[in-house]
Amino acid sequence: MVKRIVTGAKYGFSSWLRQRVTAVIMLIITVLFFAFLLNLALHTNSSIDSWRNLFNDFLVKFVVQLFFSALVLHGWIGVRDLWMDYIKSNLLRLTLHVVTLLWLAVNFIYSIKIIWA
Amino acid sequence: MNKKMKFSIYRYNPEVDTQPYYQDVEIEVTNLDKKLLNALVKIKEQVDDSIAFRRSCREGVCGSDAININGRNGLACLTDLAKLKEPVVLRPIPGLPVIRDLIVDMTQFFHQYNSIKPYVIDHNQMPSRERLQSPKDREELNGVIECILCACCTTACPSFWWNPDKFLGPAALLHAYRFIADTRDEATAERLDDLNDPYKLFRCHTIMNCADVCPKNLNPTKAIGKIKEFMLSRVI
Amino acid sequence: MSLPILKFEAVIVGGGGAGLRAALQLSEAGIKTVVLSKVFPTRSHTAAAQGGISAALGNIEDDNWHWHMYDTVKGADWLGDQDAIEFMCRQAVDAVVELEHYGMPFDRLENGKIYQRPFGGHMANFGKQPVRRACCVADRTGHAMLHALYQRNVKANTKFFVEWMALDLIRNENGDVVGVTALEMETGQVYVIQAKAVLFATGGAGRIFQSSTNAFINTGDGVGITLRAGLPVEDIEFWQFHPTGLAGAGVLITEGVRGEGGYLLNANGERFMERYAPTAKDLASRDVVSRAMQIEINEGRGCGPNKDYVLLKLDHLGVEVIDQRLPGIREIALQFLGIDPIKEPIPVVPTCHYMMGGIPTNYKGEVVAPFGANKEEVVKGFYAAGECACASVHGANRLGTNSLLDLVVFGKSAGNSMIKFIREHDLEYKELPKDAGEFSLQRVQKIDASTSGESLAELRHEMQRIMQQHAGVFRTQKVLMDGIEKIEALYARAQNLYIKDKSKVFNTARVEALEFINTIEVALATMICAEARKESRGAQAREDYPERDDANFMCHTLFYRDGRKIIYKDVHVAPLTVDYIPPAKRVY
Repeated sequence: MVKRIVTGAKYGFSSWLRQRVTAVIMLIITVLFFAFLLNLALHTNSSIDSWRNLFNDFLVKFVVQLFFSALVLHGWIGVRDLWMDYIKSNLLRLTLHVVTLLWLAVNFIYSIKIIWA
Repeated sequence: MNKKMKFSIYRYNPEVDTQPYYQDVEIEVTNLDKKLLNALVKIKEQVDDSIAFRRSCREGVCGSDAININGRNGLACLTDLAKLKEPVVLRPIPGLPVIRDLIVDMTQFFHQYNSIKPYVIDHNQMPSRERLQSPKDREELNGVIECILCACCTTACPSFWWNPDKFLGPAALLHAYRFIADTRDEATAERLDDLNDPYKLFRCHTIMNCADVCPKNLNPTKAIGKIKEFMLSRVI
Repeated sequence: MSLPILKFEAVIVGGGGAGLRAALQLSEAGIKTVVLSKVFPTRSHTAAAQGGISAALGNIEDDNWHWHMYDTVKGADWLGDQDAIEFMCRQAVDAVVELEHYGMPFDRLENGKIYQRPFGGHMANFGKQPVRRACCVADRTGHAMLHALYQRNVKANTKFFVEWMALDLIRNENGDVVGVTALEMETGQVYVIQAKAVLFATGGAGRIFQSSTNAFINTGDGVGITLRAGLPVEDIEFWQFHPTGLAGAGVLITEGVRGEGGYLLNANGERFMERYAPTAKDLASRDVVSRAMQIEINEGRGCGPNKDYVLLKLDHLGVEVIDQRLPGIREIALQFLGIDPIKEPIPVVPTCHYMMGGIPTNYKGEVVAPFGANKEEVVKGFYAAGECACASVHGANRLGTNSLLDLVVFGKSAGNSMIKFIREHDLEYKELPKDAGEFSLQRVQKIDASTSGESLAELRHEMQRIMQQHAGVFRTQKVLMDGIEKIEALYARAQNLYIKDKSKVFNTARVEALEFINTIEVALATMICAEARKESRGAQAREDYPERDDANFMCHTLFYRDGRKIIYKDVHVAPLTVDYIPPAKRVY
């Protein structure tokens, strides 16, 4: 028996692409971060100040914010996929979407607060 | 070389059974019974004529006898008996309603196939002779047109089990790619628009069960990847 | 008990190449049509055709339909009707081009045109030298064609009743066909389907033989039903044995292997076809090659421990050609014999492949039967196309690749005839006889009511053994007479057929029983007609009558079930527009 189904939201590909692009951004920043850590470890004169100074740099703040933005977007798509795969009830799925969004939004605002404080 | 083989077969007849059950069967197989289908036919002839399964060409081109064999989807006619662990557990392919025994209702599967517009769309006036196509362009269709619509792939796909109504499944998507890849087809943009949907195509999480079980050794995951490549080439 | 009645202007029984091509014609014309098929359409046996579809496209070498026609007439050993043959060969180019337009993914040449390969009996210049005429999709041409046709029917929104089996024709008191009865397998319900026109495209009956390339579903339902309805079948004694069936398994190995350059070897490593057919060699027509193989085997030059097969060598073609042009063959040899043809030759034996005879039709797809003085009176409302029909284009032996062509040409032609007939008789459905469906219902109830009797499996095996032993490649009077006696005895036993399963839902045992009742009709007709034809022609090789006898037997056999009556009718010697091709000695 075939049930009538409602599909055709035109956003599948953009989400898929965003998920990949954000993954690449996070990967690059992670590599840069570890490179910096390595650099820090190799230089004996490194101190808590050089660490703190780093995060005063606007560019670094921007990159870190970019990382968290990418993480939130990536997480949203991934978690939404989970709900879409497993949750059949429209109402429950919508609720979970909203909860996820709220949670990610709170995290995002908190990341702004930390980075730019 | 004659030897006894044990089978455990999923049985369900809605007229009499409230619950499905497994029937244990033992038969003697000979050298001539090379494939699982030979054994199934023998069981039907010698043990119990009420065991229902589909079969036709017995050479892997018609796609009738897709069965879940020891937990893995495959064609009975192409499965070597000698390689099977006993008792051989036979179940209907998963994820589709069972009509009886090993026979499933494939309406949904074909509905999805039909939904991708499985025909070349070309609005031009047809020439008096064949349209030309280079061997290289034609080669793009290899690995796709061999599909026999047996449903081994789709019914092995977890994404299909989760969203059987909205996710098109590997077989239909393989065919969707077949018409996107065909240089004679003019409707590429419409086809891509139609597939650009969070459910129809993007429930595929490249689990690759499809490629793993395909009895024709086709790779629907790869075809789905190629559809995404087409979509990408549109936006960059 | 009254059966539910459904109404369709056109009913097509069979969802293979011919049925689908006809359905397309009718659907596109807006006729209310339904296709009944025992299996989902793409599972039909057309899918198993491998080598190609013939058309004198001349994409590689000079070719034209006149040569194609000559080859077909000669291949048929002058038993084909030349009007029908001309019709088919003239339509061939358009038919193949149409398939291309439908999206069939033909192999291509560098210049973009359809690739063509040589095939058995395809010659240029009226039989002078081999020509490339077979258009193909690697070695999966039938599969590609069937899918393309089905896909086009999806586009045309054709209605299908999938897994429905036709049981009987419904004829009114004038003998006109006014519908069919059919069994819906999923529910076990029998229906009466009233129709203005009924097309049979039910395929062959290769399952009458033990060793057969045919699918389980090829049980000759259309022929059985036609015989039961009191109509004759034509030339049913002519069965094609394909030279290259996989030894043991019976799976088809395409003639395209030899088309691409493969050849046959006997135990001495000799390319024996050079002796039997000096010009065409391994590409002589199928009856010639099969007989040569059988002679080699019979005279002790077979290969293997039991000297019971010959070898098909193709390793010299190279991996590239094999993987590009014959990938399916490699797959089959590996799957069923564990042999890789890029390294080793494939063991092959002549294997039952195709039914040249069938329901008598004209080239328009109308069923014709003797009525009064006219031996070819049109049976109103009844059409047939494809392997179940006998137009007759294949005569005593079919050329490779002409079968796929037959499907699309006569499927379309029958479709057009049906449209014309339905439009002419636009007004009303003809009235059903009062007892419509009663006969079918009784047949089904008899099976359901049986509590003991003959086992279906035993009867079927016995029939296949008898046919194999008594109606094989070579036939003699004694062997055929014994065969008739045995098959008649079996036929009598079959009246008492018994199956255990009495359920309704998808009762495949019952379906098999109903199929067997059709199959045994074909087997019986074959044996009786083969005995009656005391000559050798095409696929009928009588050791006791080794020559073709044009004076007495250049005529079609018509067999009736009642009284096992045989009458003969003349071969059509007048083509539509060209000159008659008179009989000649058949050498390749």
